[in-house]
Amino acid sequence: MKEGRHRHRRGHQNGRRLTIALAGNANVGKSVIFNQLTGSQQIIGNWPGKTVERAEGSLHIDGYDITIVDLPGIYSLSTYSMEELVTREYIAHEKPDVIINVVGAAVLERNLFFTLQLIEMEVPLVICLNQMDIAEDKGITIDSQKLQEILGRSVVTTVASTGKGIRELIEKAIGVVGRPVQRQPVAFRNDIEEDTKELSGMIEAEQLQLEYASRWVAIKLLEGDPTIKKLVGSKSTSVIRAAETLSNRLEELHQEPGFVAVASERYALANQIVHDVQTQKTVKLSLSDRLDRLATHKVFGYIVSLGVIGLLLIWTFTIGTLLSNLFSKAFSFFQPVDPKLSGTLLSALWNGVFGGFVAGVTLVVPYVVPFYIMLAIMEDSGILTRVAFMTDSAMHQIGLHGKAIIPLILGLGCNVPAICSTRIMGTRRERLLAAFAITFAPCAARTIIIMGLVAAFVGIWWALALYVIDILLLVVVVKIAVKAVPGELTGLIMEMHSFKRPSLSVVTRQTWARTKSLITLVFPIYMAGTAIVQGVYALGWFGPVNKALSFLTVGWLRLPVVAGVLLIFGAVRKELILLMAVAIFGSNIAGSLTPVQLIVLALVGTIYPCLATVGVLTKEFGWKAAWAIIGANTAIAIVVGGVAARALALIFH
Amino acid sequence: MSASTEEYLEALYTLTQDNKTATTSKISKRLNITPASVTEMLRKLADGGYVNYSRYQGVTLTAKGYEMAEKMTRKHRLLERFLHDVLKIGNDRVHKEACEMEHALSDTTERAICQTLKSPYKCPDDKKVIPACNLGFSSCEECKQWGDGLEKVGPRKTNVVSLAALKEKQEAKIAFIRGDNKALRRLLDMGLTPGTKVTISRVAPLKGPVEIAVRGSHLALGEKIACNVFVEKPINAGGGG
Repeated sequence: MKEGRHRHRRGHQNGRRLTIALAGNANVGKSVIFNQLTGSQQIIGNWPGKTVERAEGSLHIDGYDITIVDLPGIYSLSTYSMEELVTREYIAHEKPDVIINVVGAAVLERNLFFTLQLIEMEVPLVICLNQMDIAEDKGITIDSQKLQEILGRSVVTTVASTGKGIRELIEKAIGVVGRPVQRQPVAFRNDIEEDTKELSGMIEAEQLQLEYASRWVAIKLLEGDPTIKKLVGSKSTSVIRAAETLSNRLEELHQEPGFVAVASERYALANQIVHDVQTQKTVKLSLSDRLDRLATHKVFGYIVSLGVIGLLLIWTFTIGTLLSNLFSKAFSFFQPVDPKLSGTLLSALWNGVFGGFVAGVTLVVPYVVPFYIMLAIMEDSGILTRVAFMTDSAMHQIGLHGKAIIPLILGLGCNVPAICSTRIMGTRRERLLAAFAITFAPCAARTIIIMGLVAAFVGIWWALALYVIDILLLVVVVKIAVKAVPGELTGLIMEMHSFKRPSLSVVTRQTWARTKSLITLVFPIYMAGTAIVQGVYALGWFGPVNKALSFLTVGWLRLPVVAGVLLIFGAVRKELILLMAVAIFGSNIAGSLTPVQLIVLALVGTIYPCLATVGVLTKEFGWKAAWAIIGANTAIAIVVGGVAARALALIFH
Repeated sequence: MSASTEEYLEALYTLTQDNKTATTSKISKRLNITPASVTEMLRKLADGGYVNYSRYQGVTLTAKGYEMAEKMTRKHRLLERFLHDVLKIGNDRVHKEACEMEHALSDTTERAICQTLKSPYKCPDDKKVIPACNLGFSSCEECKQWGDGLEKVGPRKTNVVSLAALKEKQEAKIAFIRGDNKALRRLLDMGLTPGTKVTISRVAPLKGPVEIAVRGSHLALGEKIACNVFVEKPINAGGGG
């Protein structure tokens, strides 16, 4: 009914398409608002050519078809990071109809620094003052009416976690559409304002046809932004010359570089606004503060961190075993899923495809998904930030910083999404090093090899020893890599946001985003890869392969000649090493392999990377870097395996 | 000022870190000089207004002495870096070499070394933090663009100390951020503009990060970043008053 009435009144706007973008700092509940607005209709992908996540969703309301774009969480619109560059180019080139600036009410001043920049860009803007509940807990009250007057843009207060104010927010946003673009600036208070006006006047007079607002361009020129300088320089030398004179004068007057002077002024403005609209009562220590004290305590902090990781692993193992048994039963009812090594080519291929799928479902789904759900809960609550804080100095020992702990923990589930999540690291160098470290993390499939070959047939202590060796190897190898990769560590800069109750929708979205790479990358490789290797096996082509590899498998690693096949199968799916061994030797593998051979096979099997990891490394870092990592891994696997075979021979003599 | 006076001040700088009081015996051990000569020298330094010294209460640096001591320490540690990084002299020898050279190092050369090494922040042994220079530049960027002639720059107006040297609950104002433009920008964007008040909320053990409260938000800064963020020296922070 309501929609019909709207359509009637605004006849020319039938099913009108709109694009609304959400922009704001990290940790202000932007994702929660996005989920509230779009429900399940979301597409999560990458910005074209960039390793920055792009989330898009749709909303049908009041006769509008609205596309909602969730921009990355950023603090500024400079070009410090890829996220910032993506955001400002999106705003300039794709021109969304409205931008909703999500602002964390508990950290108003820092958030306004970004809001002021959006206002500088002269975009259609609605301000969403979110997390009003967290602000209240901290004794903060904000006069939103006054804020609206000062900023000259609509301000809507929301508590996204409960959905409060969301309806009003979207109505206000739609209301902004079609109105003339608000150009009323929030003026700086000193000479910077005069310089800005002078420059923007020049830019307008010369009609430079820039995609950005002239005021924003003027400010960026004063800041000495290299991208904007180049853009303007290609159109007008006189503007550039004037900008240089003005920014030199600015630097002399303020005794600091242009971008520092402008940032200082913008923050001074934000501070003034906060002073005008915000009142702060002193409140008792909130629960969040108490938890924070405990989690970052000099002693208890470490216990909490260890507890968090321990809990995560225990939970995964318990739930995983339970689900895995259930799934296995369900699938074995269908068809046996053990590798098929005889019969016709077609049946081997089919068994491979099916077996690959079942492996995905019974291995990845029960272990990895619950693991990621728990991890996302911990992440959203804020506890992982504290773990990163506590482990920063330990991570420094291997040449990384605290933020790398999250991708590394993810790697215990599956390396593929873990490598994707290295995006949270600041620089490409840090991402590469973290990804390299992850390729050594004992993932779920590696755990199965260690358990299935070593714990079952040699002893649980040897299995644990392998884990320790794996982790020691990670430490040593990354330490060496840190020296070999040129560049320096940038160091940790991380916001310690308040503890909060995790949001179901954020946890779901995060888990899905991570699991998706399993379905799009890991499953296909599992299915196609298994089919191909089984097909090749069924054709009897592995005999020569085994022979060709025997110098390595038999000569160096002292394994039986069939190990060549095992390792090739293992590249497709790690746990195939175990399944194939069972298929070839029968269920009592210990009858055919000595304890030393079992340990060496497991050790080599856990170190070299699987195809899915190769795939994701290539996707994230390109061929060169990916092959460097893979080459290093394989070489290390071979060297360590050979050395272990000789050393262990002495022990098991 | 003689080279040996400078050596004394340098030793005192290290020994009085974290508000500790130096004793004659510690100084004697560090400089390998008899306690009697140390007492003698400390009297001279006290007369010159560089240290506060009374026989049974130990030694602290005065403001004047601290400034001098910090400058020498900076020269020493910068030289160690230079000898190690550029001239490839072994870790075991850089200290002694730097000790010999530091007394002759001019401000101009000190600045050139700092720029060549891209504003290093730690000694080659990766333990001690290199103090900030005492030149009146607001940022390393400004120093880089400045031509020759340090006369016009003059000394820094305020005494600065790195965030890493502060204790929990201490409050201070951001003075400047050393080094790399990118980290500088990120910190600016997060609200650490010059003059901003920050409070240390927490210092993680084992050279872990420092958590600060700034503009209503909480930030964790890794040790490296904290060593490069300089604040106006609050009362009772690092070294003697």
